[in-house]
Amino acid sequence: MSATTQSPASKQPGTGKTTGANRAAGRAATTELVSWKAGVGLGLLAILGTVLFGFLANTKSAGFRIAEARDPNASSTAAWVTLVVALAAAGYLGYRWISQRREGGGVDRWIPATTIAAVVVLGLAALGVAQVEKITVPSMVFGWICALLLLGLAGYAILLTLQRRRTPGWLGGLFAVVFLVGFMIWIVAGGRDPEPSISLGGLMAGAVTLAVPLVFGSLSGVLCERAGVVNIAIEGQLLLGAFSAAVVATVTGNVYVGLISAAVAGALVSLVLAVVSIKYLVNQIIVGVVLNVLISGLTSFLFSTLLTADPENLNKPGRLQAVDIPFLADIPIIGPILFRQSLVGYLMYVAVIVVYVGLFHTKWGLRVRAVGEHPQAADTVGINVNRTRFINVLMGGAIAGIGGSFFTLVSVDAFSKDMSGGRGYIALAAMIFGRWNPIGAFLAALLFGFADNLQSIITIIGSPVPSQFMAMLPYALTVIAVAGLVGRSRPPAADGIPYVKG
Amino acid sequence: MKLELKGITKRFGSLVANDHIDLVVEPGQVHCLLGENGAGKSTLMNVLYGLYDPTEGEILVDGKPVVFKDPGEAMAAGIGMVHQHFMLIPVFSVAENVALGNETTKAAGLLNLEATREKIRRISDQYGFDVDPDAMVEDLPVGVQQRVEIIKALVRDAEVLILDEPTAVLTPQETDELLDIIRQLKRDGKSIVFISHKLREVKAISDTITVIRRGKVVGQADPTASPTELASAMVGRTVSLTLDKAPAKTGEVTFKVRNLTVTDHNGQHVVDDLSFDIAKGEVLAIAGVQGNGQTELTEAILGVQPHVAGSITLDGEELLGKSVKHVLGAGVGFVPEDRTLDGLVGTFTIAENMILDLYDKAPFARGVGMKPGLIAENAAKKVEEFDVRTPSVSAAVGTLSGGNQQKVVLARELSRPLRLFIASQPTRGLDVGSIEFVHKRVIAERDHGTPVMIVSTELDEVLQLADRIAVLYRGRLVGIVPATTSRDVLGLMMAGVPAAEAEANASAHASGVTAAPTVSEPAGHEGETHV
Amino acid sequence: MSEKTTPDPLATGNNSAPEPAPTQVPGGTTSEAVASDVALDTAGGQMPPSAVPAATQLRGRDHRDGDGSVLHQIFTGNAMVSFLSVLLAIVLGGILMAVTNPKVAVTAGYFFAQPGDLLTEVIRPYTALVQGSIFNWAGADLAAQLYPITETLTVATPLICAGLGVALAFRAGLFNIGAQGQIIFGALFGAYVGFAWHLPIGLHLLVVILAGLVGGAVWGGVVGLLKARTGAHEVIVTIMLNYIANFLLLFLLTTPAFQRKGSTNPISPFLDSTALFPELLGPQFRLHAGFLVAIAATAFVWWLLNRSTVGFEFRAVGANPNAARTAGINVARSTILVMAIAGALAGLAGVAQVSGTEKYLSGGVAASIGFDAITVALLGRSTPWGTFFAGLLFGAFRAGGVAMQAQTQTPIDIVLVIQSLIVLFIAAPPLVRAIFGLNPRKKKTTTSGTAGSHTGGVKSGAAA
Repeated sequence: MSATTQSPASKQPGTGKTTGANRAAGRAATTELVSWKAGVGLGLLAILGTVLFGFLANTKSAGFRIAEARDPNASSTAAWVTLVVALAAAGYLGYRWISQRREGGGVDRWIPATTIAAVVVLGLAALGVAQVEKITVPSMVFGWICALLLLGLAGYAILLTLQRRRTPGWLGGLFAVVFLVGFMIWIVAGGRDPEPSISLGGLMAGAVTLAVPLVFGSLSGVLCERAGVVNIAIEGQLLLGAFSAAVVATVTGNVYVGLISAAVAGALVSLVLAVVSIKYLVNQIIVGVVLNVLISGLTSFLFSTLLTADPENLNKPGRLQAVDIPFLADIPIIGPILFRQSLVGYLMYVAVIVVYVGLFHTKWGLRVRAVGEHPQAADTVGINVNRTRFINVLMGGAIAGIGGSFFTLVSVDAFSKDMSGGRGYIALAAMIFGRWNPIGAFLAALLFGFADNLQSIITIIGSPVPSQFMAMLPYALTVIAVAGLVGRSRPPAADGIPYVKG
Repeated sequence: MKLELKGITKRFGSLVANDHIDLVVEPGQVHCLLGENGAGKSTLMNVLYGLYDPTEGEILVDGKPVVFKDPGEAMAAGIGMVHQHFMLIPVFSVAENVALGNETTKAAGLLNLEATREKIRRISDQYGFDVDPDAMVEDLPVGVQQRVEIIKALVRDAEVLILDEPTAVLTPQETDELLDIIRQLKRDGKSIVFISHKLREVKAISDTITVIRRGKVVGQADPTASPTELASAMVGRTVSLTLDKAPAKTGEVTFKVRNLTVTDHNGQHVVDDLSFDIAKGEVLAIAGVQGNGQTELTEAILGVQPHVAGSITLDGEELLGKSVKHVLGAGVGFVPEDRTLDGLVGTFTIAENMILDLYDKAPFARGVGMKPGLIAENAAKKVEEFDVRTPSVSAAVGTLSGGNQQKVVLARELSRPLRLFIASQPTRGLDVGSIEFVHKRVIAERDHGTPVMIVSTELDEVLQLADRIAVLYRGRLVGIVPATTSRDVLGLMMAGVPAAEAEANASAHASGVTAAPTVSEPAGHEGETHV
Repeated sequence: MSEKTTPDPLATGNNSAPEPAPTQVPGGTTSEAVASDVALDTAGGQMPPSAVPAATQLRGRDHRDGDGSVLHQIFTGNAMVSFLSVLLAIVLGGILMAVTNPKVAVTAGYFFAQPGDLLTEVIRPYTALVQGSIFNWAGADLAAQLYPITETLTVATPLICAGLGVALAFRAGLFNIGAQGQIIFGALFGAYVGFAWHLPIGLHLLVVILAGLVGGAVWGGVVGLLKARTGAHEVIVTIMLNYIANFLLLFLLTTPAFQRKGSTNPISPFLDSTALFPELLGPQFRLHAGFLVAIAATAFVWWLLNRSTVGFEFRAVGANPNAARTAGINVARSTILVMAIAGALAGLAGVAQVSGTEKYLSGGVAASIGFDAITVALLGRSTPWGTFFAGLLFGAFRAGGVAMQAQTQTPIDIVLVIQSLIVLFIAAPPLVRAIFGLNPRKKKTTTSGTAGSHTGGVKSGAAA
C-alpha cells in the first residue's frame, strides 16, 4: 500500500507563526479562477451596441443643447470660478494619486472616483466658459466609433478571461460610459426632425428630479438592510408618506408640517414591519409585500371616500417651491441641474451624505453594520441587536416617507391613487445596484431617474426606440446586476435572517 | 477579581440546563470546567456573561451580588469571553472588530480607529501576538482570529477571561502556544475559566477543576488526578477507554485516490495532489486540524466540489466528475461532518430522512410515484435496529437529540450494500453513550469487509478507530503512518512536519528540550477518553 | 442519557449552535415555539430562512395522510387562528368604513348617540358583499340568486391557479413574487395562439392551454435558471421580471401582430370561439370550464408535492438545500424545474383570463392577480387545498366587492385592506393571540426566551 508523502512548505513547528488552518497566507499552489461572466456579458452588450449604433445608425446628426443661462454675467463669473476650483481639485487629486502609486502602496479608494468627478466638472465648466450652446455630432461616424470601442473593450475583457486574468474595474466603467454616449447619439439622431436635438441640461435636471423619491427610498433600504432587515415595504412607505403629506399639509395649511408628517407616516409603516418581523419573527419579505398591498388599499380607500368627497379641505397641499442656491445655481449646466431644487431635493443630498458618513465613519454605523453582518457577535459585545434593527427600520421608514412627500408637495400638488407607481421597487433595485452603499444607491437612482426621463424625451422627439423598452431599462439592469454579470454584489450576511437570542 | 456563582439554575421550559451550580474563581487562577458535550458548561458561561438570565441563583463579583442584563454589563464588570465559535465579523478589519461595542470616538460620534489600533499594537507587543490591526478578519488564520478575540477581551480590561473550548480548532502546537499565553495572563493576575472536555489540556493548565455532569456540579478534582478518574467523574460511570476491536482483516485494495487536487473559489488548492488507497476491511483515518482540506476531500469524493482534478476510482470505476447520485449509487455511504446542515432535513420526518438518498429507488418509488406505506415501514424497522429514541417515525428529525440524529444518518447510510463508507466527524457533539454506539457500528461495517474512511479532528477518535492514519496539512498529505504512531509524532505531523522528522522531534520533546506540556504516550494507551 | 421518549434538548446542540437547539413542538404557538421554528428553519442562523416558516411545513406534513388536511385544520388551533384573523380583519375593515362614513363625519355626536345606526352603516356594505359573492336573496329568480356564487368561482379560478404557482415555489424554498409576470406571459402566449391560429374545436383550446403553460413556464424558468446558475435572489429577479413582462405586453399590444385591426386601443382581437373555455352553466353565467382545470391543477399539485419523487426533491431542496445536495438531489435542476412548473401554473391563470373571463388580451389582463396570488398562497399556508380554499375566499371578496361598490358606494379597495390584514395576522399567530388575550401566561424569568417549552406549547395548543 503506497502513499505519496510530500514535504510541506513550512517546517517550523512551535515558532509561533505556524497556523494549521492558514489558507490565506503564502500558499504557493494556486490556480486563478476567473469568472466567465464579465467577458460574456460585455461581449453581448458590445454586439448589441454595434448593431444599434453602427448598423442601425442613420445619416442624421444628433444635437445636444446646453441650457442657456438666465444671467450671462453671473453665469460667466460662476463658470470661471468653478473652472479654477475644479482645476485645482483635479490637480491635487491627480498628484495624490500619482504619489501614492509611486510609493507603491495602494491608492485610497475614494481617489479615482473623486478625480474623475473633478475632471467632469472641469470639462463642464470649460463648456460654460467657452459659452458653447450646442454640440452637434454626426451619428453614423460617432456611432461606429463607439461600436468599435465597445468591441475593443469587450475583446480585451475576453482576452483577459482566456488568459485567466481578472477584468479590471475601470474597464467596466469605461465600457458603460462609451455605451451611454453611443446610445444617446443613436437615440437622438433617430428623432423625427431633420436635425433632431435635445436639451442636455433639461435631460439631466429632469433626471435628478425624478431620482429624488428613488434616492430616499433606496436610502431607506440601505438603512434597513445594513441592519439585517429586508425592506420590501419601501413602496408602501413612499405611498403613505405622499398621502400623509398631502392631507396634513392641506389641513394645517403648512407644507412643512406636511413634510414632517410624511416622515412620521413612513415610520409608521416601518413600525408595523419592525413589530411583525422583529418581534413576531414573520418572514420579512412576506411582511413587506403584504404591507405594500395594505397601504395601497388603505390610501386608495381613503382617497375614494374622503379625499374625492372634499378635495378643497383635504387634498390641496400647495407646493414646496424650488429654491436657487445663490452663486452655485449660476454655474452653467451644473447649477440648474443640482442647485435649483426644492427643499426635498436638498434634503436628499443631506440624507445621502449623513447616511454615508453615519454608516461608515461613526460608532453608530459600525454597530449597525455589525448587526447586519453577524448579529451574534454584536450581541456578545453588548449591542442590543433587535433594538438596533428596530431603530434603523424606523429611521428608514421616516426617510422613505420624506421621499414620498416629493410626489404630493413637489411633483404634483394633490394625492392620487397608487401615485408612487412602483417606484418603491425601483428604489429597491437602486439599492441593490448600488451595492447596499448610500453613494452607490444614489448614483444608481440617478441612473434610473435618467432612464425614466429619457423615456419621456424619446416619446417627444419621436425616436425609433419604443418607450416601453426605456421604461424596462432599470429593471433589466437590475436583473443583470443581481445575476452578477456585471460586478458582484454582496448583501449583508445576516440580511433577512431574524435574530433569536442564543 | 474574585468571581462567585451561587446556586445558578437555568431552565429552558421543563429542561434544566444548569441545576444549582456553585463555582468560585479565585484571582490569578486557572479554573477548568470539565464536562461532556451538552453537560451545560456553555449555558453556565452564557449565564455568567449576561447572554442568558439565570432562572435562579446569583453572581457575585468580589463578594458583591451583580446582575448582568446583557454582555455589555458583564464586560463592564471585567468579564471577557472567547467563544467557541469566534464572534468576529469577517468583513471588518481587526481594529473594527476590537473597537465594536467599545468604540473610541472623536467629535460627533466619528470613529477614532487610530486609538484602537494603538491599543491593539500595545497588547500585541506585550503578549507577542503579532496581529495587524488593519487586516481583514476573514483573511486571518483561525489561530490569529482567536488572538483577536483575546485582544478584544483585554482591551476591555477583562479581569476574568472565559475560554470556551478554545483548542477545538488548533493544532497541538498552537494549543501549546495558547497554554503559554494563558500562563502569561495568569502571571498578570487575570483569572481564567477554561472550558474543555479534553483531559490532557485540562490537566496541563488548571489550578482547580470543576466537573459538571448533566447540568450539575459533581465535584472538584485536582489536576493531579488520573485521566481515568476524571473521565469517570465526567461521564458518571466507569468508561472503557478502549474500543474492543479485532485487528483488521484487509482484503484487496478497491478504493484509489490519485493526484487529487481541489481548487476553491479563490483559486487556492485546498486539496493538493493527494494520493492514497483503502483496502477492503480496513479503516483509514484522516487526521488533521480542522480546515486543512478534509471537508473538501470528502466532498470531492462525493462529487459536490466544483473544481477537481485527478482520479478517484472505486472497484476500477472512475468517480471523479460523476454526479452525487451516481457516486451514491456506486455504493458509497456518506456521513457528512455537519449532520444538521448536510445530513438531515430538519423539518422532514424521520421516515423521510431515512430515505433521503433512496427516495427515487425501488421499493420506495415506482416511476415518479412514491410509496408512503413502505417508507414508514422501513423507518420503523431502522428505528428499531439503530435504537433511535423517538416517539414516532413521523416526528420531525430536528426534534431529536444530536445522538439520535446521528443514528438516523447512520441508519440511512448503512442500510444498503456498501462498497465504501466515509464518515466525517462521526461523533462530533455526541455524548459518550452515542459515541460508543457509533464507533461499534463503524467497526462492524469494517469487519463486514467494507473499506472505511474516517475523517476526524479528534486525535483520540483517530487513534481508536484507525488501522492506518493519513495526516493532512494544508491540503497535502504529510504522510500515512500506522495506528501505533505516538500522539506526539501525529501532533507534529498535523503541523506539517514529515513523519521521519516528527519522530526525531518528538523524542527531543520527551527529553525536555521545550516546555511544551504535551504528555508523551503511545497510541491506544489507557487513560484517554475520546469525548 | 435520558433518551427515552422525550428528546433531550441538551444533546441536540450541534456544531453550529453552541447552545442546545430548543425542542420543536409542532403546532406549538408560544413565541418561544416560533423562535424554535426559526432556529429549525435557519439551521441555527446559518442559512437564510425558507420562504415558508418551518411550522407551516410541519403542519403540512402532519396531515399528509388522507387529503382531509383542511378539515383537520379547522379543528386545530391553527384553524382557530385563521378564523380569528379573518374576523379581526373584517372588524378592522368595518371600523375603517365607519370612521370614513360621511354620515359619521356630518354629525359628530352621532356615534355615541346612536351606535345602532352606525352598526347598520357598517353592516350594510358587508351584507352587500355577501350578497354579491355567495347568494343574492333579493334575486328575481334562481339564476339571479345563484349568480353571485358563480361569479365568485369565476374570479377565484385565476387566483387559485396563480396561488398554486406561488405556493409550490414556497414549498421549494423560493419566494415567487413573479406570478404577475408569469400570468402575463401565459396570457400572451395563450391569447396569440387563440386569435392568430385557427384550429379545430377541442384541439384549439388544448393548444391554447399548452401555449399558456409554456409561456408561464418560460418566464418562471428564467428565474430558476438565473437563481441556479448565478445565485441571483429570486425575489429581486421576479419583481424586476414582472415589470419587464408588463412593458413587453404593452409594447406588443402596439404592434400589428397583436393589436386589434381598426382599433387605436392597445387591445388584441377576440380569441376564436374554439379557443374559449366552454361555459359551464349556460351563457347567462360567466363561470367557465377553467374552474374545473383549477380543481385539476390543485389535485395535481397535491400529488406532485406529497406523492411524487419530484415533489420530494422540491421539498427537500426547499427545507435544506445542502442536505438535498449531499443526498444526491440535483439542486440546480430542481430549482429550475420548480420555477418552471410554478410559472406554468401562473400561466394557466393567464389562460383562464384570456380564454375564460376576458376573451381578449389587454394591458390589464393580469390585473393584480399575481400579487393577490401571494396572499392566497400565504393564507392557504402553501398547501394545495389550503390555497384552493383561500382562492375561493379571496374570489368571494373580489366578486362581492364589485357588488358592494355598486350598491353602497363603498370603494372596492377595502377588499385589499381586509385581504392584506388577514394575511398579516395569519403570518403572526402570536400577534392574534395577544390581541385576543389567548397567550399563555408569560414565564417569569426567561426573558431571553430562547427555548420552546413542552408544557407551554402543548398547553397553548390545547387551549386554542
